[in-house]
Amino acid sequence: MRLDERTRPDFPILERVVNGHPLVYLDSAASSQRPRTVIEAMGQYYARSHANVHRSIHTLGEEATELYEAARDRVQRFIGAGSREEVVFTRGTTDGLSLLAETLGRTLRAGDEVLITELEHHSNIIPWQLATRDRGAVLKAVPLRDDGTLDLEAFERLLTRRTRVVAFAHVSNVLGTINPVAEMSARARQVGAFTVVDGAQAAPHLPLDISLLGCDFYVFSAHKMLGPTGIGVLYGRREVLESLEPGRGGSEMIKEVWIDRAQWNDLPWRFEPGTPPIAEAVGLTAAIEYLEKLGMERVLEHERALTRQALEGLAAVPGVNVYGPPARTDRGAVVAFTVAGLHPHDVAALLDAEGIAVRAGHHCAMPLMRRLGVVGTSRASFSVFNSPDEVGRLLAVVAELRTAL
Amino acid sequence: MTDEVMARAVSGPGSSTSRRGPLLYSDVIRERWRRPRFRGDLPGASAVAEDVNPLCGDRVRLMLALADDRVAGARFVGDSCAICTASADVVAELVVGRSRVEALTVDAADVLAVLQADIRPTRMRCVTLPLSVLAAALKGKR
Ligand SMILES: Cc1ncc(COP(=O)(O)O)c(C=O)c1O
Repeated sequence: MRLDERTRPDFPILERVVNGHPLVYLDSAASSQRPRTVIEAMGQYYARSHANVHRSIHTLGEEATELYEAARDRVQRFIGAGSREEVVFTRGTTDGLSLLAETLGRTLRAGDEVLITELEHHSNIIPWQLATRDRGAVLKAVPLRDDGTLDLEAFERLLTRRTRVVAFAHVSNVLGTINPVAEMSARARQVGAFTVVDGAQAAPHLPLDISLLGCDFYVFSAHKMLGPTGIGVLYGRREVLESLEPGRGGSEMIKEVWIDRAQWNDLPWRFEPGTPPIAEAVGLTAAIEYLEKLGMERVLEHERALTRQALEGLAAVPGVNVYGPPARTDRGAVVAFTVAGLHPHDVAALLDAEGIAVRAGHHCAMPLMRRLGVVGTSRASFSVFNSPDEVGRLLAVVAELRTAL
Repeated sequence: MTDEVMARAVSGPGSSTSRRGPLLYSDVIRERWRRPRFRGDLPGASAVAEDVNPLCGDRVRLMLALADDRVAGARFVGDSCAICTASADVVAELVVGRSRVEALTVDAADVLAVLQADIRPTRMRCVTLPLSVLAAALKGKR
């Protein structure tokens, strides 16, 4: 059985009819949809077990704490982290990257360098702009080659003894480029720089093994991987987390507090100030269970087939331009394209009239848009519930678009 | 508001039937997108402004020729979607011949009345971008 045949009945939203057509949801890179198990797990939690975590000495508080901490164990196994102390819950990728920029930012000195890349999401640009600006440090970016991959020779040149942090996406949310995380992390380590990997477009789509990637930090969001909004994961290598002063403070992250000082809590709570997203952690557990039941290898294989079908199909439509590495290479589950004579927003609106949801615009990657020489693109992205028929619908509608306006 | 959206999700226009009433891409929008009447440069323009819609990166530049405090000519250029382009074209048309003060009173309702389209809230910024550029141009340089 094809993966979508198995999964589609689990996603209630796929019953929606949009503008008179069955919903074709091709915007999972922005936010995926959720299977019933995730929706129900969160409802159950609120209906039966909710209380605040950690400090409550009562039955519900204990249940909530147990569920919240069980989510941590689940994430640890899912990403192959060495220990549960290395898994910090955040509000999402943006929050995780900001937390890191604030925290690592404090270790920067004037003249130090932070190295990002030209294909980053704004979430992996702006926090580093703020951090470097505040410390008199310098922000640099690895350029892209015309085939949509990073210029690794330029990376070598830009990486120096002054480089303190190297921050880059595992998978580009526009081009689908898969960056060589292990190779780049190993090089960064040789110059003593921390590596921060934005895994927002990778964690939902491929088998992850942090121990093989060798990065110091890895962040992602639950809502792009069939889980709820409002929670994300920050993996941090234990020695590094232990060496860092927390960048943010509040309750939960301390052991003892005086007016003028405090003793930090143990890992991972040291980096989780305030009441955490508890119901969301329960939802994330259910999402990971769902993905693991399918098997991430199968997820990868299914989405890769859809991506290739879309890439090859779109490239064959006259007037359509597709972006990123060639279809035959390994790519993430996104396809960005433009239609000659049409603005990406009009493309998305015309597709929406046929019930097809795609993203359009700059995809929070304006420097990349500038590099590609476009104001924006339309983007179709895929998840476990998408079918080859849906990709076929997309291709059929796109083929008619040039005469639509 | 929330109830309204929820109800629409169950039964409304986005649900089982095709949407009725004016289309998003009305004939006016199509026509002005294909053949804008006021697109192009305006050499000697005396008031110029440009702005970007942060949501989509659309860019509109409006050029006005002011003579005796009247808008004698208007042109626009930009990278923008059909709705924004049509709106800019309509704005340029509506302001020509007006005094500066009268031109400032042109608003979204005036533009929508010409466009005859079903503009949803997410696309209203496409309609209003040329208007904010107009205001900047008129209030800026004398
Ligand atoms: C590569 C990448 N990084 C970061 C983000 C930001 O994720 P979030 O909005 O969940 O914080 C996204 C998604 O929008 C993304 O695709």
